[in-house]
Amino acid sequence: MRPILMKGHERPLTFLKYNRDGDLLFSCAKDHNPTVWYADNGERLGTYRGHNGAVWCCDVSRDSMRLITGSADQTAKLWNVQTGQQLFSFNFDSPARAVDFSVGDKLAVITTDPFMELPSAIHVKRIARDPSEQTGESVLLLKGPQGRINRAVWGPLNKTIISAGEDAVVRIWDSETGKLLKESDKEIGHKKTVTSLTKSSDGSHFITGSLDKSAKLWDTRTLTLIKTYVTERPVNAVTMSPLLDHVVLGGGQDASAVTTTDHRAGKFEAKFYDKILQEEIGGVKGHFGPINALAFNPDGKSFSSGGEDGYVRLHHFDPDYFNIKI
Amino acid sequence: MADVVLMKEIEETAGRLGIDLSQVDFDAIRLPPGEDFGIISDDEEVLQEESLEFDSGFGNIIVVDNLPVVPPEKFEKLEGVVRKIFGQIGVIKDDGLWMPVDRTTQKTLGYCFIEYGTPQEAELAKEKTDGYKLDRAHIFTVNMFEDFDRFMKVPDEWAPPEVNPYTPGENLQQWLTDEKARDQFVIRAGSDTEVFWNDARHLKPEPVYKRTFWTESFVQWSSLGTYLATIHRQGAAVWGGAGTFNRLMRFAHQQVKLIDFSPGEKYLVTYSSHEPSNPRDANRIVINIFDVRTGKGMRDFKGSPDDFAIGGTGGVAGVSWPVFRWGGGKDDKYFARIGKNVISVYETETFSLIDKKSLKVENVMDFCWSPTDPIIALFVPELGGGNQPARVSLVQIPSKEELRQKNLFSVSDCKMYWQSNGDYLAVKVDRYTKTKKSTYTGFELFRIKERDIPIEVLELENKNDKIIAFAWEPKGHRFAVIHGDNPRPDVSFYSMRSTNNSGRVSKLATLKGKQANALFWSPAGRFIILAGLKGFNGQFEFYNVDELETMATAEHFMATDIEWDPTGRYVATAVTSVHEMENGFNIWSFNGKLLYRILKDHFFQFAWRPRPPSFLSPEKEEEIAKNLKKYSKKYEAEDQDVSMLLSEQERERRRMLKDEWDKWVNEWKRLHEEEKLLRQKLRDGEASDEEEEYEAKEVEVEEILDVSEEVLSFDFGQ
Repeated sequence: MRPILMKGHERPLTFLKYNRDGDLLFSCAKDHNPTVWYADNGERLGTYRGHNGAVWCCDVSRDSMRLITGSADQTAKLWNVQTGQQLFSFNFDSPARAVDFSVGDKLAVITTDPFMELPSAIHVKRIARDPSEQTGESVLLLKGPQGRINRAVWGPLNKTIISAGEDAVVRIWDSETGKLLKESDKEIGHKKTVTSLTKSSDGSHFITGSLDKSAKLWDTRTLTLIKTYVTERPVNAVTMSPLLDHVVLGGGQDASAVTTTDHRAGKFEAKFYDKILQEEIGGVKGHFGPINALAFNPDGKSFSSGGEDGYVRLHHFDPDYFNIKI
Repeated sequence: MADVVLMKEIEETAGRLGIDLSQVDFDAIRLPPGEDFGIISDDEEVLQEESLEFDSGFGNIIVVDNLPVVPPEKFEKLEGVVRKIFGQIGVIKDDGLWMPVDRTTQKTLGYCFIEYGTPQEAELAKEKTDGYKLDRAHIFTVNMFEDFDRFMKVPDEWAPPEVNPYTPGENLQQWLTDEKARDQFVIRAGSDTEVFWNDARHLKPEPVYKRTFWTESFVQWSSLGTYLATIHRQGAAVWGGAGTFNRLMRFAHQQVKLIDFSPGEKYLVTYSSHEPSNPRDANRIVINIFDVRTGKGMRDFKGSPDDFAIGGTGGVAGVSWPVFRWGGGKDDKYFARIGKNVISVYETETFSLIDKKSLKVENVMDFCWSPTDPIIALFVPELGGGNQPARVSLVQIPSKEELRQKNLFSVSDCKMYWQSNGDYLAVKVDRYTKTKKSTYTGFELFRIKERDIPIEVLELENKNDKIIAFAWEPKGHRFAVIHGDNPRPDVSFYSMRSTNNSGRVSKLATLKGKQANALFWSPAGRFIILAGLKGFNGQFEFYNVDELETMATAEHFMATDIEWDPTGRYVATAVTSVHEMENGFNIWSFNGKLLYRILKDHFFQFAWRPRPPSFLSPEKEEEIAKNLKKYSKKYEAEDQDVSMLLSEQERERRRMLKDEWDKWVNEWKRLHEEEKLLRQKLRDGEASDEEEEYEAKEVEVEEILDVSEEVLSFDFGQ
């Protein structure tokens, strides 16, 4: 498995997203320019210029027409995927963090960080079919959790919103009323900041990664903890194979605490675990900084990782991978 | 220590919970046996401390008796003398000296009270001035004021002591009777201390006992493994027992820092160093020696660090532990310490110096006991700019007769290494080159058990090689040396027996360019680990010295500690909390196969439980080794059964996990199907085609399988 090295960002990567067809890969980084690549050969298609701060997260619509990005410049922007043209800018009073389109792409959830006196918040915006009719009005505004909310995604049939962040608690909210429906148990849940959250392809379960050196698999509807994957390093990114029962954990020692003596000390590996047995299967090395972002191609035959080192590494699996038996 | 809970808080809590305290019968409350709900200290300890605090008001007062009885005109003079004597030891409080006067005769009563700033000063004053001779007629008797009550209560008539009926104790050696002959180890991680069986067959540790806040600093096994010692502010405690760990004995020693068991684990030496009340003074060092079984204090030593510093010229600062080194093998007969120009040897029958005097050796630098015999090896450095050569000598105890001596020239330093049976002594000698600018190293090898103790000189082939490590094979006749100046030094093995029985040391092999800086022989000999710790990040080579071949190379990244189990079957490597990351330990088989790996944050300590020496004679051991096949059959069968069972259990576990998972997946599929229409509606009627995609993917995977099958059938056809 020879990875394709994609050097387009000048700062650490923050997020990776494939479109539904699996032919495009969107990458976000701390350098203000979200970038789109051919997911097959890693060729760069273009960038979306307009943000004036680190870009934390993005989502692409089901028809691959629209891209939404959340940035530290206190805006979330809608883009035309094909032309790179900015369609609309949602302005906030604090940095935007997570973004996610709903089923049907008519709604989007955007989280904002605590900033100055403002607490963190989850905003739900209506996305107009025609960009000229787009407004910045919120359908719903949720407040409550302490600290940054690192991820917020839609639950099944857009009935719920799932959020997780610095307070290590995973929450499920009613997307209509804004009521808190469920909270993860402090005892069995994460002990430290939840850094990432990824849904399965059918949205029935999701996996969270945390700085407490573990990743956990939850049922989306009941918030039942199903599995826990333990590793040796803080987890920054998690993803699941849509094809096989594998989960991938990425992370590594915090960039500020990396020793210079030995690259192995950092453990900047993407680690593969058996989803059911919770056992480590293998690892993919290569980054020389912590892994911040991971994404699986929807066809399950390739995945990409983005690191603190500014590289995106695109891995196409060898045929052997599909025959792994443990 | 337990948190002190104030009555007020208890009342508040009770009020909150709606409990009427007056209705609670506190005496009826019983904790389940062996359970303390994480509260470490028991009632006695709490009581002890409380009474201490209560008494501290008088702890700093001493009573001096046998003073001269003087008339009022001489009162001031006497007071001046007393003040001078006792003011030297500590600061006497203002108005802290009170000499009572007889009202009728106006003369003093012949005693006085002195109050110091701290109890420590008072104690020191008592020690130093008790028995002080003011003149022939007046010899001071000094006592603590607090002790007076106690002395007064001594009944005048002797009553026979009560004889407690004998209650048989637990079998403290029960762990040795384990059916599977496993070994135990203790670990400390975070605030937990845990003892485990090393269940290598099942590839996991089996818990024996766990306790939070068991010790306040570290734990230590006794020399033969019978006891586990814990360290507390009030002293040390030893634990042991048949099935679990009960407290067997406590040894009171305020602020104990270090402990040491005698080799036969009869005695425990405890050490503490106390800050002086006057910052200009040196620390005060207290060392106690206890009998482990009775808990009786056998002897104490007190003094300044200089009294206990090692190194005859006093050039080496600080105290090196253990201060007392035990000799005479497992009988714990003698112990010794080094002082300025002397070695003080004590015997445990009376706990006093042998022949009532120390062994005088001018400028002695270092000494060590033979591990089995009462023989001391000592080293005296060069004196008078080389006029008087350095020497190493062997001294027999208790006769103090010199058995052998060797003079050495232009020596910069010496290190002595005894072989574990006391058969050989190796002295590593660093000598100056002619220019005195650098040093080179050689070895002097003593054959203790042979007539006249012959000495042989061994020099490495390359004389300039630095010696990085040296180690004798336990119970054997071989030793290993890591030497060289390169970043990758060489490792050489030597044997004290040569092939042609000439009684000369011979070289067995040299391994070039190894990443090693430490040597760890198996306790059973034959196998050795060449370890690269620290700079080498935890590289190991498992080496068989009989066959002179490498069995395995392995790595435990960042490993800081290596310890063989007492039988030489397994090895533990650990990363302790000196590193922030990777904390935990690995257990390996003797031949370098990783058996299991446990990660624990804040991992402080790993220690195998030692075993007493085997009762088998060397001949019997040899016979067993010869007929190993016969004996091993039974164990091999057992091993196989266990591994069968393990794989069976593993299969079962996997099947269950799989079933459980399938249940979830089916549930999800059902719900997904149910919501299909709703989802379509959300997408404005666009068909939800995820399911079709799933199938397409599966077909593709199967294609790959087909290809490989075709090749097989093609081969078959030919």
